[in-house]
Amino acid sequence: MNAQGRRNLLQAAPFIGPFLLLYVGLLIYPLLDGLTLSFHRADPFGGRAFAGLENYARLASDPVFGQALGNTFKYAVVVVPVLTAITLALALALNKPGRTASVFRGLFFSSAVLSVTIITLIWRFVLTPDAGLLAEVWEAAGREPVPFLSHPDLALLAVAVATIWWSIGLPMMLFLAGLQQIPEDIFEAAALDRANRWTTFRRITLPSLRRTAVLVVMLQTAAQLQLFGQAQLLTAGGPGGASRPVVLFIYETAFTRWELGYASALAQVLFVLILAVTLLQFRAGTSRREP
Amino acid sequence: MKGLADRHRLSPLALAGLSVAALVMVAPLLWTVALSLKSNAELMRDSGTAFFAPYTLENYRAILQGSQVFGWLLNSLIVSLGTTLGVLALCSLAGYGFARLEFPGRRALFVFVLLGLAVPEQAVILPRHQLFADFGLHNSYPGLILPGLAAPFGVFFMAQYFRGIPRELDEAALLDGASRWTLFWKVLLPLTWPAQATLGVFTFLASWNDYWWPLISATRSDRFTLTVGLASSQMNYAQTSGLGYLMAQAVFAALPILIVYALFQKQIVGAMAGAAAAR
Repeated sequence: MNAQGRRNLLQAAPFIGPFLLLYVGLLIYPLLDGLTLSFHRADPFGGRAFAGLENYARLASDPVFGQALGNTFKYAVVVVPVLTAITLALALALNKPGRTASVFRGLFFSSAVLSVTIITLIWRFVLTPDAGLLAEVWEAAGREPVPFLSHPDLALLAVAVATIWWSIGLPMMLFLAGLQQIPEDIFEAAALDRANRWTTFRRITLPSLRRTAVLVVMLQTAAQLQLFGQAQLLTAGGPGGASRPVVLFIYETAFTRWELGYASALAQVLFVLILAVTLLQFRAGTSRREP
Repeated sequence: MKGLADRHRLSPLALAGLSVAALVMVAPLLWTVALSLKSNAELMRDSGTAFFAPYTLENYRAILQGSQVFGWLLNSLIVSLGTTLGVLALCSLAGYGFARLEFPGRRALFVFVLLGLAVPEQAVILPRHQLFADFGLHNSYPGLILPGLAAPFGVFFMAQYFRGIPRELDEAALLDGASRWTLFWKVLLPLTWPAQATLGVFTFLASWNDYWWPLISATRSDRFTLTVGLASSQMNYAQTSGLGYLMAQAVFAALPILIVYALFQKQIVGAMAGAAAAR
């Protein structure tokens, strides 16, 4: 490096140095150390013994992990399309000037500012068979309350419903922003050409929202594959693991059983899976061209 | 031009659909408020009584008379403000550095920072937990604040904004004999106010609602943030306090952020959507 380069580096150091220090210390180092950890048997007191691929071999044949992975993908495959469809519909309906639409927009976004612990508290007492809102309504109609949160077929669905209720705000706003960017004169031209509403929607609106839709699906998929709080607080992963997602399994492995090496291997696998799925979606979303 | 006029009005069908959806949004919230306004004894007998009067403020009185919720609220406030201020300072500096300064390895370093965007929390949590234990940082404010400062999103966001400011401003200031630091602090930084507001609101909300790291790091109940505190009440409410009291806690915890949302709705929505779209 020449003298000029060294001087420039010295000049830049106070600006980028502080962040880089924290970034390397608290993100990059833990990331690499986590990778190392996954090849070890480790205890919480810092003791580590090299174990080669033992942890990875174990997870490949661990039925609990298999179940958690299945749950996670099943859940994401339901939540992401449903959430995308609902929020797209809401955005289309609410892309209007005026007070009414604005009030609805504000209302549908409001749940997004609440924390996961508040929304699970709210939904626990909508869904639980004792003291739940649905149970009360069911009973008033003379029917037996459904134990959504402790039913093996319904627990994961209950988590999905609470999540959708919580998450509609942001994608709706992204779709609305996408709609705002479509130039008004395209619609005017279509109206002059006597295009009906369905044709206008299919030929103009939908293709223009393609970029937004790809963004929404990518963001939501990455977020939903990391499902944790809703499942931990609403169902504790139960009954019998029927609603346990991978991140909850990682959490339990690490912080209740303290099998740090194994938990780390699980985290690496999930990381790679999320990365792979997101990249696939990105390629599928950007490469294909509309005719 | 009937088609055009149509597109600007809500059709009766859409209005009906939206009203049903709005009811689904609001009903759980109203139920929560109703439960919080009932005496615990009455709810114990039959929670269906929450549909009807008499309502009481006894649960809220119990909270005001001494409850850990105030401590949790204060912890959340300190942690969220600390994180927000830290992120704004660090990311403004680094964003400016990456956008405006020439130095060897700049491109590679920027890519290196961007790669961090892809790293999910749970991939770093175990070593981070050990690291903080080694430094005795668990159950402390710095321990709760520091991880939020290492997130690369803000750097990327601020760098983008700095790039959008015309370079002529820099040249003029430097010709006038301003130092790099004066240029940054006196000339450019004041121009980034909209970006600071967006990043600030986004960071504050994310930190306020964060559950994952405080759950792992804050294990003493006097160090809980609001999210973790409420989670603990939620898990052992049956033994400690009644349902009405628990729901009053939920309302009490939701109120500050809902009030802030009502006041700054435009800014909050803009910040969250803007931050998501910037990716």
